[in-house]
Amino acid sequence: MLPDSHSATERAFHAALRAADPPAGLTAPDPSEIALRFKVYRNNVQASLTRALAAAFPVTEQLVGAEFFAALARVFIATSPPRSPVLLHWGADFAAFLAQFPPVTHLPYLPDVARLEHLRGQATHAADAMPVAPDALRTDTPEALRLMLHPSVALFTAPMPAVQIWRAHQPDARRAPLTAGPDHALVARRPDFRVIIEPLDTDTHAVLTALRQGDTLGTAAHHGDPTPALTLLLRHELIIATGGPE
Amino acid sequence: MRPLPRTPGLSFKPEHFRDIMAAPSAVGFFEVHAENYMGEGGAAHAMLNALHADHALSIHGVGLSIGGAGALCRDHLARLRKLIDRYQPQSFSEHLAWSSHGAEWLNDLLPLPYTDETLATICTHIDHVQDVLGRRMLLENPATYVTFAASTWSETDFLTEITRRTGCGLLLDVNNVFVSATNHRFDARAYLAAFPLEAVGEIHLAGHDCEELPSGPLLIDTHGAQVANPVWTLYAEVLARTGPLPTLIEWDTDVPDFATLLAEARRAYSLLEHAAIGQPHAA
Repeated sequence: MLPDSHSATERAFHAALRAADPPAGLTAPDPSEIALRFKVYRNNVQASLTRALAAAFPVTEQLVGAEFFAALARVFIATSPPRSPVLLHWGADFAAFLAQFPPVTHLPYLPDVARLEHLRGQATHAADAMPVAPDALRTDTPEALRLMLHPSVALFTAPMPAVQIWRAHQPDARRAPLTAGPDHALVARRPDFRVIIEPLDTDTHAVLTALRQGDTLGTAAHHGDPTPALTLLLRHELIIATGGPE
Repeated sequence: MRPLPRTPGLSFKPEHFRDIMAAPSAVGFFEVHAENYMGEGGAAHAMLNALHADHALSIHGVGLSIGGAGALCRDHLARLRKLIDRYQPQSFSEHLAWSSHGAEWLNDLLPLPYTDETLATICTHIDHVQDVLGRRMLLENPATYVTFAASTWSETDFLTEITRRTGCGLLLDVNNVFVSATNHRFDARAYLAAFPLEAVGEIHLAGHDCEELPSGPLLIDTHGAQVANPVWTLYAEVLARTGPLPTLIEWDTDVPDFATLLAEARRAYSLLEHAAIGQPHAA
């Protein structure tokens, strides 16, 4: 037996998962059924990864339909397979894949919806952190205040109405006409573990982006009225520390 | 570290969390897949913490690819170590299978030939896991659909030799035995007669699907249905030899309501009680 036969067996088995024929060296009570038996592994790999992708991108799946999604997943899995058994982070490049995938170019908002869904997944599993009490914001010099936001906080922006489309596909959605983008949203996880996707106007998105990167409240206010941003952060308890001038 | 209780346990599914908290004494232990708890924070960890406060915990890995030809992934072992240090579960188990190739993760438990070479590789891998985790692990027998012409060991001899060389324990999946025996047309009782039951630290029971091949049935290990009657029978026969053992009802796809899982657990419980009476001197 060759010293590398274990790795050669694994290599041949792996190659056959994406080929027409099973690898050499397999046996079965009726050898004519080896291909049918091997197909179980091929199907399991494909179906379990497709299920994982659909679970992470449910609205993307709804938008194209389950059957088309499975076909699309097959191409994505072949070009961008997971590199870790921790599937919670898989799909960071799914939106970029969709943007380059000719069969969905007639759905120009699809990559942005997928990007929003990925942010939502990352917020779900982001690190924990305790919010500050609201009176931590009490200060004589509010313009000098800096806020540390919860690790789950992400700010989303898309040229198309991707946030409205995402919301329209939630179970409790009310029918509302879409308005032209751009769409902005705050993605974050509340202390009760609910992940929120809050639509934002352009100014509030800019204020939150500035606060998140460590600007003082005074500097962030150059982008617009900071009140709506602060109201959202307090309502969802997303401030985990405060600081003054550096 | 106390071992798992010799009672029924259930796969933990987040959708059952409220039901579990409402009746915390109904089940002896819960089992989770390690890889689902490798995010940094959030509801998954909060639920697992709450669950583990009231119940023994088994962490069941699906990501190590112990049966692979290459070295184990150090990053993944480090993640596992962190998880096990954090939760101090009563048991950690993994599979006699491979599931990644190079850097690619395949998300399925794939089979391997049983040879002197694969035996040596797997024992090196298990030594590595037990070193890094600082504890004894259990290795689970697989459900398979093909076998390898190159195999020179029977699966039971292979597993026995692994336990002898590494000191690891075994997780006996009785459904996997029945699935493999049906698929490869061997006698499940002969397999169990040759199985090193003294090394078994936990039992798995699960449901399977059936496809018809021209030559006869091909059973698919789906973890998506009730445990089949012949599997219950084999389980009772194992218990008659071993006495009560921690027994997981494993249900991972098409997960039903919690009451359905509890009904399966009760069926295991009655067989465990019967085994305890049959073996008054069992530990």
